[in-house]
Amino acid sequence: MSGSNLASRLWDRIRRRDDFEPDLGWVLDDSRRKWMAEHTSGVTKPDPALVIKNLRRTFGGLTAVDVDHLEIQRGVITALIGPNGAGKTTLFNLLTGFDRPDSGSVLFDGRDIERMRSHVRARKGLVRTFQLTKALTKLSVLENMKLGAKGQVGEGFARSLVPPLWRVQERAIEKRAMELLERFSLAHMASEYAGTLSGGQRKLLEMARALMSRPAVVMLDEPVAGVNPALTQSLLEHVRELPIEGMTVIFVEHDMDVVWDISDWVVVMAEGRVIAEGLAEDIGKNRAVIDAYLGSGQGIENPEEEAP
Amino acid sequence: MALAAIDWGFILIQTVETSLGLEAAVYALAAVGLNVHFGYAGLLNFGQVGFVAMGAYGMGLSVTLWSLNPFLALLVGMGFATVFALILGVPTLRLRGDYLAIVTIAAAEIVRLLARSTTLGEITRGAEGLHGFIGPFRELNPFDPGAEYGIGPVQFPGNQFFAIVVGWAVTAVALVVIWQLMRSPWGRVVKAIREDEDAARALGKNAYWYKLQALILGGVIGGLAGMVQALGKATIQPDSFVPAYTFFFWTVLILGGVGRIWSPVVGAMIFWAMLTFFQGTLTAMVNEGLIPTALMDTSQVSQIRFMLVGVGLALLMVFRPQGIFGSREEMILDVR
Repeated sequence: MSGSNLASRLWDRIRRRDDFEPDLGWVLDDSRRKWMAEHTSGVTKPDPALVIKNLRRTFGGLTAVDVDHLEIQRGVITALIGPNGAGKTTLFNLLTGFDRPDSGSVLFDGRDIERMRSHVRARKGLVRTFQLTKALTKLSVLENMKLGAKGQVGEGFARSLVPPLWRVQERAIEKRAMELLERFSLAHMASEYAGTLSGGQRKLLEMARALMSRPAVVMLDEPVAGVNPALTQSLLEHVRELPIEGMTVIFVEHDMDVVWDISDWVVVMAEGRVIAEGLAEDIGKNRAVIDAYLGSGQGIENPEEEAP
Repeated sequence: MALAAIDWGFILIQTVETSLGLEAAVYALAAVGLNVHFGYAGLLNFGQVGFVAMGAYGMGLSVTLWSLNPFLALLVGMGFATVFALILGVPTLRLRGDYLAIVTIAAAEIVRLLARSTTLGEITRGAEGLHGFIGPFRELNPFDPGAEYGIGPVQFPGNQFFAIVVGWAVTAVALVVIWQLMRSPWGRVVKAIREDEDAARALGKNAYWYKLQALILGGVIGGLAGMVQALGKATIQPDSFVPAYTFFFWTVLILGGVGRIWSPVVGAMIFWAMLTFFQGTLTAMVNEGLIPTALMDTSQVSQIRFMLVGVGLALLMVFRPQGIFGSREEMILDVR
């Protein structure tokens, strides 16, 4: 199977988002193995939002990230999986400008963003959340949200001293913030300190805050880690809605159920490299990937296999 | 009986006088600047006295060296503080917060030592201090230098009163500006950077630039404190800018409560009230024989009063760690 063929399947998948049925009779035969071997270094996507070229980052003797070629398709949910130390978070840091690569480049909408500093990338629409949530604890939940909005007139020093210049915009931002808080079931906490939120609520807040800027690409680092199951479900609902609103989602996650549940495309990393990528249903049933890098019992469950 | 012999009225008048006086205004203003740095932007500045010195010398030298008028001298003083902030901030604000702390404490000492050095002696008059700049400022004084001003028994001479009024007026303006800034989106970004710089950057805020702005703002306010002091004392002494003063400003800020508008003002008043009260009371007690001279004599009072302020601060930290105005709710958030 060629790369472009795979890409067209990805497109099909995007079009038929709702009627996706996992193929449970899937087994890793020789042709699949061959396919995996062919697709270890960069599948060309129909319309990539991000293109990563020869990106390398080393810490002393350790190569944390060494990605030859990786494209992130626009408008779909891409999961980044792999064992601890695979370089997923480092890759996130490199993409968002929180870390500098030793070599290589990142193209965002076809433009090289390597020289942009992190806050400039965020303004261009590349917004991230963090593995350890960064709720701004001594700001209210609403203030946290309002901070996320882009292009605020009142954020300039001199202009901030003249409220008439920014009051109207501030009201509009507040309205949008309240709408998002409503959607994320945090509206009742709006005037509380963000520090009073539970861990799960902080994850929700961080995601909602990232959405305030209407980003093009949302990068979520372990969005449901430490979140209780009920909240996880509502969080995942929100993630699923993002592509419908035109956003591209990349997320790192260790909970494989979540990965198979919401992702369209899965990129598997190990020791800094991309070792496989493919449609979630293909990767999920690829025993080689699962066993070697994620631990057995982590794939898409096959009831017949489970039977004694 | 001996307690009754102490002139409590006199001690009380002195206490009120200093808590409203020049020193309190200077300390309040310097602590307002420190509050911008630490309370709102989370910048660890251990060299605020350096900004105070830069402001004072900027203003003083404008007159003695360049014969500028008082308003230009004020601008030059602010400019000196701004340049100092840029020198400190540009190289360090991209790094972790500790680096600014290290650099500020050293830089403030460099300013003092340069000012009292023989190399710059021609300009700054070295350890003897800068004089002869006060003339043009005194011309602006609407009060009669020969008369006394005040309420009831609390009276200040005209020139002193002028500096005090200017000091508190500048403090009021600074408070209004900061109050407006901190309820604006600018203040929101600055407070967000205090909480978590990376989060602010991930949301598209240029953390470095905001920290630099905050450092300049707080530094310029510190510089204004120096100018008020120079105005009141008619002299600029390099050794009135020793590192200890930075920590008095910190004491003032922590007494009042970090990150609150009024805390530097109330903190400064309480700080000076405590110092004067202990000074007066201890001196009287030694004189009346209530404290045996074997234990301490009157010459030691001025050191011991600082110890008592220290004890007071320690007690405050135990029973009200958020300071007088601080919010207990916010304090608890740090523990979570």
